[in-house]
Amino acid sequence: MSQTVQSSGDHNPDENRRDFLTLATTAVGVVGTGMALWPFVDSMNPSKDVLALASVEVNLSNIPVGQAIKVMWRGKPVFIRHRTEREINEAEEVALNELVDPQADDARVEKKEWLIVVGVCTHLGCIPMGTATGEARGDYDGWYCPCHGSHYDTSGRIRRGPAPKNLEVPTYTFLTDTSVRIG
Amino acid sequence: MSAPVWNNKVVKWVDDRLPIISMLHHSAYEYPTPKNLSYMWNFGSLAGFVLVTMILSGIFLVMNYTPHTSMAFESVERIMRDVNYGWLIRYIHMNGASMFFIAVFIHIFRGLYYGSYKAPREMLWWIGILILLAMMATAFMGYVLPWGQMSFWGATVITNLFSAFPVIGDPLVTWLWGGFSVDNPTLNRFFSLHYLMPFVILGLVVLHVWALHSVRSNNPTGVEIKTPQDSIPFHPYYTIKDLFGLGVFLIFFSAFVFFAPDFLGHPDNYIPANPLVTPPHIVPEWYFLPFYAILRSIDFTIFGIPAKLLGVLAMFASIVILFVIPWLDTSKVRSSKFRPVYKWFFWLFVIDTFVLGYCGAKAPDDYFMGIEGLKVIVMGQLSTLYYFVHFLVVMPLVGKLERPKPLPASISESVLKEGANA
Ligand code: HEM
Ligand code: FES
Repeated sequence: MSQTVQSSGDHNPDENRRDFLTLATTAVGVVGTGMALWPFVDSMNPSKDVLALASVEVNLSNIPVGQAIKVMWRGKPVFIRHRTEREINEAEEVALNELVDPQADDARVEKKEWLIVVGVCTHLGCIPMGTATGEARGDYDGWYCPCHGSHYDTSGRIRRGPAPKNLEVPTYTFLTDTSVRIG
Repeated sequence: MSAPVWNNKVVKWVDDRLPIISMLHHSAYEYPTPKNLSYMWNFGSLAGFVLVTMILSGIFLVMNYTPHTSMAFESVERIMRDVNYGWLIRYIHMNGASMFFIAVFIHIFRGLYYGSYKAPREMLWWIGILILLAMMATAFMGYVLPWGQMSFWGATVITNLFSAFPVIGDPLVTWLWGGFSVDNPTLNRFFSLHYLMPFVILGLVVLHVWALHSVRSNNPTGVEIKTPQDSIPFHPYYTIKDLFGLGVFLIFFSAFVFFAPDFLGHPDNYIPANPLVTPPHIVPEWYFLPFYAILRSIDFTIFGIPAKLLGVLAMFASIVILFVIPWLDTSKVRSSKFRPVYKWFFWLFVIDTFVLGYCGAKAPDDYFMGIEGLKVIVMGQLSTLYYFVHFLVVMPLVGKLERPKPLPASISESVLKEGANA
């Protein structure tokens, strides 16, 4: 954007007009190009059919206390854990200032005995172990991510390791006592 | 350089209208080349050869490959079992990626040793780094295509890196995926870009060679060509030397393709991708290991910047720093041959990158080379530190403090002297 510096101070009116035209044309050109590019950029965002696959219903009646299952939701696993009394107490008794990403247990569950979280490590997206019986559950009895060693507790909160955040809680609604809709 | 006179009428007719033959003659025939180039100068043409090999083998793979999550893995297996010579084409492509990185890494270390990044070759050096970055993107996306377990989880871990950026991180990752996880839209766009990028690399290579031919090749003495005695025409002297090098390289390449085609790969990639099960130990391809080690070694917070973001920044910085070394290196002397102190630091740096590679391949809690008490993560942190210390401290300081050996007056003089001593 050329700015004409004139020592004498006598401005040529034509030059001002031309500067303005150049500026205006450039501005329109830049905005126009940006607008033309946007559809291409946005075409890479999730499409309508991907967005439409947004919910699943799960029957909880065959998950005994102390066990957990994985279900697929939006291409990712969701962990549903039927928590024991002890696991619930463990989750509730932790002082919030001990947590990396402080959040009370009751802010993370709708019904105490059911913990529902997205099973994707908040570090770099691996699936933590601990859902199937017998798998390592880490030092806090929840999940353990083998990729870079993140430990999650019985509320799915990050306690140790490189992950910055707690396991995400998806939106869900209990349809009956034993069935839930995720998403 | 005057334009050559063409005797053949057809050649002359074409050249008068589009001087492409003169241009090729000028750059691949009469191009005056330092007469003392060693075999370290073979790796540029080798990299070029591998690029062409990758493009050709890739085009034939595409004829039988299906970019869809439900068919990709099987289509690759079909290439391996049913397509005539499909196994050969795929093994060439798979191992070719490794050969490409071997050639380019040696090429880069050569540049570092002989100071080929210093004036007037900065642009040449920059374009080279851009080629490295483009190669990394291409190889990463290519590795996703067969849709095995490592394809899927490598893609997941690496794309998740971008979620480290504040505010824009999560929408950016969703945009990269085209969904809420690595899935079919991701596979499709990676396929599209994997096809595109090699041609971008080809364009960059043209610029690289253009820059080379305007500033001329460096050489083992680091002293510029001064008189015609210092140089020889590219053809036939270096065309023949490059061809000989190619022969040796092809033996090496073929040894992998025919006798150990899966040696450089990971067996888990022969398990179809499963979004519900993460393999216990995710490792990238060998050529990414040093960078992966740098990424992982940052497991602490500085100034409130989370470890995850710091790791990502450190990893990108490890390559971006190469752009500024023409100014970080304060020595007036190009070639490490005449730099008695820096020479040692150069080799220390080479060892450091191998240590990083080793750390990247192991689990963080393993012991480094079985040494009790020395965790891989700690060794990774030390060697990451040294990686940056080399560029930010050693390069500027040694350049100032060291007293270089006397330089030969010319390339020609150094050649004659070495000849007399031999
Ligand atoms: C810079 C050059 C290139 C590099 C570094 C590169 C790298 C790779 C890598 C590492 C793989 C995974 C191999 C495996 O583990 O199976 C791959 C696969 C593939 N590439 Fe490339 N590639 C290049 C050029 C191309 C080109 C130009 C095309 C197409 C015209 C292409 C088409 C494919 C296809 C279809 C596959 C999937 C089949 C398979 O996995 O073997 N590539 N590429
Ligand atoms: S992905 Fe879970 S710890 Fe890194």
